[in-house]
Amino acid sequence: MANMRTPLSRVRGLGSAKEGTDHFWRQRVTALANVPLILFFIVMVIGLQGASHAEFVSVMGSPLAAILMLLVIISGTIHMRLGMQVIIEDYIHNELTKILALLGNTFFAIIIAAASIYAILKMSFGG
Amino acid sequence: MATSAPGANRPLSPHLQVYRMLFTMLMSIVHRITGAALYFGTLLMVIWLLAAASGPDAYNAVTDLYGSFLGRLVLFGFTWALMHHMLGGIRHFIWDTGRGLDKVGRNFLARATLIGSVSLTLLLWIIGYAVR
Ligand code: HEM
Repeated sequence: MANMRTPLSRVRGLGSAKEGTDHFWRQRVTALANVPLILFFIVMVIGLQGASHAEFVSVMGSPLAAILMLLVIISGTIHMRLGMQVIIEDYIHNELTKILALLGNTFFAIIIAAASIYAILKMSFGG
Repeated sequence: MATSAPGANRPLSPHLQVYRMLFTMLMSIVHRITGAALYFGTLLMVIWLLAAASGPDAYNAVTDLYGSFLGRLVLFGFTWALMHHMLGGIRHFIWDTGRGLDKVGRNFLARATLIGSVSLTLLLWIIGYAVR
């Protein structure tokens, strides 16, 4: 097949979406980070079963648990936003619907992150 | 592009429903479905954290709801989705190194993902009930 790409585009290596392998790579980095973080999350949830409110707040607000939870939230929401973006791009072909869905995806991920981070910080700083 | 002349002997893809569903295909779509389920499942986490941050009343209401029979059923499904998606992700990491892409490897990894996710889910719930 004739090569339609200019030398400059090949050197840049960013492809037609102008992002190169960035999306793929961020999905992998967050996926890798998710493995230990999700395992921590599950252990903590199991440990917190039946905890009273005071116990819950003192565990969740402790520096180690709070920092790890913030990492779970940050890595998780970035990862799920990237993942849902691919699903939307695969199935929604109407341009307007697609753009609205992509915006909704971004807003959802950011709202989840902001609300969770707020809750953790509130427990941490004893508000 | 000379090779794209009409009638060139290119492979044609049958319609999606014409394919016989293979186990590996099923595991691939399940990875996507579990990812999407976890996406919306984050709402459960946010509600839980916000309730705890807003005080004992909200916290007790939410833990009662999550601890109810239906709540536990949903959390059990959530656990399986998380374990299955995590192992499916690890399968992707193995593929990313170029390994496990042949027929034997694919089928082994697909089976290992499912058996692993079911086993881990049961194990976690057994531990959960044991330490309660
Ligand atoms: C536990 C550790 C996790 C690992 C190792 C992991 C791994 C991965 C990988 C490698 C992909 C890319 C699949 C592909 O390229 O086709 C992916 C996709 C995805 N992940 Fe995760 N993930 C994890 C946790 C999560 C969590 C907690 C969520 C949601 C809150 C999530 C949501 C998604 C979604 C929506 C996709 C897109 C699915 C698709 O394109 O088919 N993942 N995950």
